[in-house]
Amino acid sequence: MTGAEVLLKALEEVGVEVIFGFPGGAVLPIYDALYNNRKIKHVRTVHEQGAAHAADGYARATGKVGVVISTSGPGATNLVTGIANAYMDSVPMVVLAGQVSTDLIGKDSFQEVDICGITLPITKHSFMLRDKREILKTVREAFRIAKSGRPGPVVIELPKDIMASETNMEEQKEDFDLSFRVLSEKINSSHDEKENLEIAVEMIMKSERPVIYAGGGVKLSGASSALKTFAEKICCPVTTTLMGIGCFPHNHELYLGMLGMHGTPWANLAVSECDLLVAVGARFDDRVTGKTDEFAKNAKIIHIDIDSAEIGKNVRVDLSLHGDAKELLSRLIEIVPEKRHGDWLKRIEYFKNKYLLRDSRRELTPRYVIEEINELTEGKAIIATEVGQHQMWAAQYYKFEDSSSFITSGGLGTMGFGLPAAIGAKVGRPDKVVFDIAGDGSFEMNCHELLTALRYDIPVIVVVFNNRSLGMVRQWQEMFYGGRFSHSDLGDVADYARIAEGFGAAGYRVTRSDEVREAIKRAINEEKPAVVEVVIDKDEKAVPIVPPGKPIYQMLGID
Amino acid sequence: MKATLAVLVENHPGVLSRVAGLFARRGFNIESLAVGPTDNPEISRMTIVVDGDERVIEQIKKQLNKLVDVIKVSFIEPENSVSRELVMIKVNTEPEKRSEIIGIAEIFRANIIDVSRDSMIIELTGDKDKVNAMEEILRPFGIKELVRTGIIAMNRGSKCIESPEQ
Repeated sequence: MTGAEVLLKALEEVGVEVIFGFPGGAVLPIYDALYNNRKIKHVRTVHEQGAAHAADGYARATGKVGVVISTSGPGATNLVTGIANAYMDSVPMVVLAGQVSTDLIGKDSFQEVDICGITLPITKHSFMLRDKREILKTVREAFRIAKSGRPGPVVIELPKDIMASETNMEEQKEDFDLSFRVLSEKINSSHDEKENLEIAVEMIMKSERPVIYAGGGVKLSGASSALKTFAEKICCPVTTTLMGIGCFPHNHELYLGMLGMHGTPWANLAVSECDLLVAVGARFDDRVTGKTDEFAKNAKIIHIDIDSAEIGKNVRVDLSLHGDAKELLSRLIEIVPEKRHGDWLKRIEYFKNKYLLRDSRRELTPRYVIEEINELTEGKAIIATEVGQHQMWAAQYYKFEDSSSFITSGGLGTMGFGLPAAIGAKVGRPDKVVFDIAGDGSFEMNCHELLTALRYDIPVIVVVFNNRSLGMVRQWQEMFYGGRFSHSDLGDVADYARIAEGFGAAGYRVTRSDEVREAIKRAINEEKPAVVEVVIDKDEKAVPIVPPGKPIYQMLGID
Repeated sequence: MKATLAVLVENHPGVLSRVAGLFARRGFNIESLAVGPTDNPEISRMTIVVDGDERVIEQIKKQLNKLVDVIKVSFIEPENSVSRELVMIKVNTEPEKRSEIIGIAEIFRANIIDVSRDSMIIELTGDKDKVNAMEEILRPFGIKELVRTGIIAMNRGSKCIESPEQ
């Protein structure tokens, strides 16, 4: 056997079914081994960045570890944005990065780059494989690390000669490193949780205006149903972060929608008035808190998180429960008595009625389009997004039924993420209708990945909101930079439907609201990669918006 | 506020850059860092002196704990521990000053480990205050070169910092 064959065996052993990547010189031994492999499917993207995002989308849609492979040098550096994106959103991913042969390392050889060094700040861990007997052990450790605790990307650097070398399964080392053996012990060695749970219950019982603030950690821990039971038992309104969208039923009477910069007025006002904030798997990001001193100013804060470093990082908290969200919520449910908060819910109802977001159904507005997609898919599609105004529209108006169906670049805010992520999601969940909600600017960044969708027959639907500008940049320039639209105008140059057709995908161009339903319907029914270009007004805004650095109760764009 | 951390790490290449990178990236201040292997060849021990308020120091400990290569992070409390640093000072020694400098070295229980016609290397081990005091006293003679190891520290008594599997 070669090292590459051992690598593939190891990947099979940890349950890998699909890898995304792009071949090149340093990984030729691995691609040669893939040639005869029947168990692992390989999807070649157009660009390595697309492969990394596809692995990310696959991981988010399936809950499995996403795997991406690239060659050394430029192949590896092209992954960097994708790795950073997965790191910021805590996505489990294993990156197989090619490397030049060991005798060439450190000599500035052709296509040599120190990818472990470059990705040090954006990986959970990385391995520089140097011993052919450590291939199996390294793969096992990498997958466990990527998945455990707070998930994240792990890089394995694979020198060409080690992948080409003669080895076998028998000579693979079985023992794990000491640091790996103590990993879970180290992370779990915290304080006495039982006592803290009792304090939490006391705080909950004392509160009159509680709010739960749920983040992506709820999804990662599979705690959605525990969260629902918990919220119902203590009659507590729930708001979610962008990353948390989908973890609480959209139509539930306790649901407040998203909070923060583009949150609902009632979510932001409820958090500002609450006397107890229970943060679950969320990290008090600046897009959520606005001005931190004013965030939940009148509230005691309980923070539930598996990453103890998140506790007290951005805001002071009164009580921390360190551990898995599902487990801690289940234990709280057992010991907390039932509660009612009639007055508090009435107060929130008052906010909801007062600031009811204007509905302009008949015009060709982004809201109308998203709501049409929602109706046609009954809230059951997987929705990936790019980054910008359209991302907020998707977050605000699609009514997600399932916790793993909103796939968005929350932490890094990567334009160009959505299309490859949608492709990865569709590969992992072929049973689902998968959309990429995009803006024209974001679509242009990685639109070439339509070729990947076509080559592998992966029917994803891209909805491009065409406002002939970089909409979010334009919006900020209008609101905060005196209307000086510096370099945000894209001009009326591109015809996105025809671009799609040029690639071989289906293209639809929609300019009137009565064309929306038909175009979306056809795109869904034809089951081939499609682009639906929707021409919208340049001045459509993502509102409400909290100006940067302001407290979240100071929202613009609400009546 | 200053804190001294004893950090047990996997004895792997690249561990130091992970730790140093973490400090730089998160804007934590390292005042001193010393590293070397322990009695277990798999494990190295770092002694890191950091500066920051209580919240920053707590963050440093938690962030270090997140590094996979870090096996254990412990605080060393100044009142229950001993700390030492080794310094070598190459000092100007004009012939008429030589005996005076030797006298100073004796007072500090320092060793003279190299002598040439116009300079000496003095080796001193001690806590930070002692090292600083000696440096101040030698300064008027002309310090040509100075190198410090950084502080290493250990708890007093039978309390030990052990890796979880020991």
